[in-house]
Amino acid sequence: MTIATSSPRRQSAFWMAFRSNRLAWLGVALLAIIVFSAVFAPWIAPHDPLQQNILHRLQPPSSEFLLGTDTYGRDVLSRLIYGSRVSLVVGFVAILIAMVVGSAIGILSGFIGGVFDRVVMSLLDVMLSFPTLLLGLMIAAMLGASFENLIIAIAITEMAPFARVARAPTISLKQRDFIEAGRAMGFSDSRLMGRHILPNMLSEVVVVGSMWMASAIRTEASLSFIGLGVPPPTPTWGGMIREGFENILDSWWLAVCPSVAILLTVLALNILGDALRDAIDPKTRVE
Amino acid sequence: MIHYVIRRMLLAIPTLLLMLTVIFVLVRLVPGDPAITILGDQASEDALQRLRAQLGLDQPIYVQYFDFVMRTLSGDFGRSMATGRTVLQEVAAVLPYTIELTASALLIGAIIGVPLGTTAAIYRNLWPDYASRLVSLIGLSFPAFVSGILMLLAFAVNLRWFPVIGSGGSGLEAHLRALVLPALNLGLIMTAYITRVTRASMLNVLNEDYIRTARAKGVRPNRLIRRHALRNALIPVITVVGLYFGTLVGNSVLTEMVFSRPGLGKLILGALNSRDYTLLQGLMVTFASFVILVNTVTDIAYGLVDPRVKYS
Amino acid sequence: MMTKQTTPSQDDIVLDVQGLRTEFLMGRQWKPAVNDLSLTIRSNETVAVVGESGSGKSVTALSILGLLPAQGARIARGRVLFEGQDLTQLSENQMAQIRGNRIAMIFQEPMTSLNPTMTVGDQIGESLLIHRGMSLRDARKEALALLERVRIPAASRRINEFPHQFSGGMRQRAMIAMALACRPKLLIADEPTTALDVTIQAQILQLIKELQEEEGMGVLFITHDMGVVAEIADRALVMRYGDIVEDGRCADIFARPQHPYTRTLLFAVPQLGTMGQGNQPVPFPELDAEGNEKPAPPIADSSIRTEGQPLLQVRGLTTRFDIRGGFLRRIQGRVHAVQDVSFDLRAGETLALVGESGCGKSTTGRSVLRLLEPVAGEVVFDGQTLSKLSKADLKTGRRQMQMIFQDPFASLDPRQRVGDAIAEPLLVHRLVSRADMSATVGRLLRRVGLEPAMAERYPHEFSGGQRQRICIARALAMEPKLIVADESVSALDVSIKAQIVNLMLELQASMGLSYLFISHDMAVVERISHRVAVMYLGEIVEIGPRAQIFGDPQHPYTRKLLSAVLLPDPSRRRMRRTLSIDEIPSPIRPADHVSPKRAYREAGEDHWVMVEA
Repeated sequence: MTIATSSPRRQSAFWMAFRSNRLAWLGVALLAIIVFSAVFAPWIAPHDPLQQNILHRLQPPSSEFLLGTDTYGRDVLSRLIYGSRVSLVVGFVAILIAMVVGSAIGILSGFIGGVFDRVVMSLLDVMLSFPTLLLGLMIAAMLGASFENLIIAIAITEMAPFARVARAPTISLKQRDFIEAGRAMGFSDSRLMGRHILPNMLSEVVVVGSMWMASAIRTEASLSFIGLGVPPPTPTWGGMIREGFENILDSWWLAVCPSVAILLTVLALNILGDALRDAIDPKTRVE
Repeated sequence: MIHYVIRRMLLAIPTLLLMLTVIFVLVRLVPGDPAITILGDQASEDALQRLRAQLGLDQPIYVQYFDFVMRTLSGDFGRSMATGRTVLQEVAAVLPYTIELTASALLIGAIIGVPLGTTAAIYRNLWPDYASRLVSLIGLSFPAFVSGILMLLAFAVNLRWFPVIGSGGSGLEAHLRALVLPALNLGLIMTAYITRVTRASMLNVLNEDYIRTARAKGVRPNRLIRRHALRNALIPVITVVGLYFGTLVGNSVLTEMVFSRPGLGKLILGALNSRDYTLLQGLMVTFASFVILVNTVTDIAYGLVDPRVKYS
Repeated sequence: MMTKQTTPSQDDIVLDVQGLRTEFLMGRQWKPAVNDLSLTIRSNETVAVVGESGSGKSVTALSILGLLPAQGARIARGRVLFEGQDLTQLSENQMAQIRGNRIAMIFQEPMTSLNPTMTVGDQIGESLLIHRGMSLRDARKEALALLERVRIPAASRRINEFPHQFSGGMRQRAMIAMALACRPKLLIADEPTTALDVTIQAQILQLIKELQEEEGMGVLFITHDMGVVAEIADRALVMRYGDIVEDGRCADIFARPQHPYTRTLLFAVPQLGTMGQGNQPVPFPELDAEGNEKPAPPIADSSIRTEGQPLLQVRGLTTRFDIRGGFLRRIQGRVHAVQDVSFDLRAGETLALVGESGCGKSTTGRSVLRLLEPVAGEVVFDGQTLSKLSKADLKTGRRQMQMIFQDPFASLDPRQRVGDAIAEPLLVHRLVSRADMSATVGRLLRRVGLEPAMAERYPHEFSGGQRQRICIARALAMEPKLIVADESVSALDVSIKAQIVNLMLELQASMGLSYLFISHDMAVVERISHRVAVMYLGEIVEIGPRAQIFGDPQHPYTRKLLSAVLLPDPSRRRMRRTLSIDEIPSPIRPADHVSPKRAYREAGEDHWVMVEA
């Protein structure tokens, strides 16, 4: 485990490394397009995503419906554009919650140590080793399918990894002399954790966050695909694939278009996370 | 070594207990009355009472907990409300399919991923590295059902190489043909993962002092990788793959769904759709035990590879 | 630059390096790490390359063996002649035939330099498999013989063990066995004893010397320690910033060092007993730009205040760490890190705690500050019983005792400006208002020889010595009476070490500070301390005035420790005694262990020695 020390010098080296990574810019560009279309969906979408039209049902891509229509005659492209909102918001909010709660648990557990740490960690290990999707599935199934419950389910399942990520540098930082020096100078524990440990590991947690946001979006899509996502008629990518999968043999675009959308979003986030991590960890850094 | 194996196995017990507690708490956290959830709002008070008694919900919470733990530990995982068969019977009927699927995926992942990751690390920042990194990044970005659907479209619907539906047909050949696409689907995601982890771990190992020592001894590159680097590089890979197992199981559920394969995935979705809560709880316990088993096996494998573990 | 002597034509020259220049890529420019280096090594001769970090001494070794990183490093000029071949011209494949076979190398960190997943026997036998084409069985037999040659006890059992089961000294001996497997003509030893304790260092040096005589090989010995040079080398090259500044026979260099830098290196070696009979600290001599010794800053007759109670009284301090194991995590044993330690420290006095790794000296320092909770004992500081304070009171109670650590970089928060780091304790304890803060910080920085403007910078912008000055300034901010210095100068290069020690002495003289100085470095201890306590297995075995401890050691362990210290005088080599293979014993005891009550006898004024039971 490399100790997360991001001094200001490292930061400039960090940006140098990030900037020179061409693949990273591809990720940034992709993500920018997706976020843009989510934010400005009402202005970009050519049709109302909820407008049903039985006359136009299951049309292949055409000049009017660029990506065709679904079983209810709704425009696939418009639904795709609106669908990005659910994926991004669920992914972002769930990861934000998981990051804040998880890091807090990780720092506390690592800093306090001892029996407390052991109990917390074995609890987290249990959560960590339990299949994320199944855990999310159970929670979503029990709470019922809704926007908020989906966020809660994903936040809970993604919390454990953040706690782990935060705990490891906490423990190695705790052993560094500047924490012991602080203790010798009479600094309180909360000051040591908040002012000295947190800033030194924040970048690492944020980098991991961008990677896990990819995973959260994947989980959201999977749950929607299973039927535990945001309930219809709200367009979601996973839900669109679920509907499209029923007509996979004759109307392939219904499943393929949202598939590609998910793939690109997750890929963009993964590329970004990878580039950030490479830039932060000198060992894997592209020289 | 035997000592270490036994110790590892015994250490699984508190983990199992903890996991049972988590499941128990999760299930009790459900808002509302499970009896009403199961029977619906229209059910008579009498029927609700009977169901509560049947589920033991009329007992104090600690009795319920104790009962749940004791029954689970004695191998009684409950009974499906829908079919009346025990959870273990339900699981036993489909488990071989899931094991077959996940095992082949692991095998594919290891056979392709380890050499690929090693190559990428050796040719760091040269084209084999970039190629393998990009490919594995794309592989990691596929939700299992998305890649499954695309594979299904390409190889079963368009090219008609493989059956579209399930383990159709009988005989070994048909069985294997039905396995290929799902196994590849899971296996390629696994490959992407193992490639990444192996590369990172190999890069770390190649920077170690003992690699320099070996070079100073006159060890040539081939032997250096095989004899000195690989074993050390695989130690973290094993751990990480063990941790990834949960995700693998989750992905297998999606894969089974897409390819209409029988297995734990279909069982769990069926239970979900028919609101078979006792089966669902039993399945969670089953998964939990399964995961703990795999983690224990991983730990033991770890001990086999890393001499520092078994002697400490 | 030194001109190379005319190349002798004898056949016994093993290695002849001519005009070697090795460069590293810094940004877009190639910068030399070794510049115009020439050296020859004959069989049975030991040549030392001496220098501080960044001098290019290790790069020299890697250049010879062709082990420089594949990218970003190159040999720009020069020849490395070995057995009639120029090694710089050989292919990687040809070099592989020479490495480990004709030229072998051992490294600094025996812990990380051995493969953790291969048995020691396999690692030793590997060279024989590669270079001698031996069968597995023969290689194993030979490996066993080699282990016995390097004095590994119970070699037939140890051969199947893994490196982590070996102690540090044994690992280094296994490394040596590995290097000698193919009977090389040349052995390159890169700081092989730096990570080891002094008694173990002496063993390893002696082993290398003996094996060299048996094999008649040439040895290139890389080190920063002039004591090691005096002990082992026939000739020495002193390097600085990639250049050779002095080159000559060992006896000459020690008797008549030419270059001022060589003299600086020599000051860092312990003199043992030649420090004079007084008990006052002796600053390191400092050299001015011309290389002349500057007059030492006058040290007050005695900074020690003898009247009244001692500043710090430690009585029966005992600290243990539980070792738990098994399923129930029951206590299976305890590390008796500090065992019934008692001492006094007067205002203005320096007490040095010395001993080898694991002796409990650092734990003692931390227990005194209650950074670790002792299990027993009493610490009275400035009339206040520290051991009785609650956690909250402790924060103010130990305000006047501060600590300085070994690694100055690790003891500063990398994301905090230096000025903020110094100001933080003052703000937390509300000792200085925000308005006066920058003036206070500036004054403190100036006090330790830095500029007030430096407060705006981050720790990474400073050198190691400057960082340690910052740590001292931060400690001084609290206006302490006692500073616990835990190996505070051990990680610094020798020339920097001298400056920091002199700064500490000057601060003591002017501010009346007391130091609890924890160190394994006898050269520093004999200069800085008034009194010395020798620790062994958690106990103080001997405590007394510095001159008494160094001049007239009483306890057998003190004698053993001091006799292992290397002196800067080739004519006083301490070798040629029987080769001991003692290990440093472990302070781990069974859970039910009852420590014996120790008695001390007075060996002189204020000089106490533990009586053997």
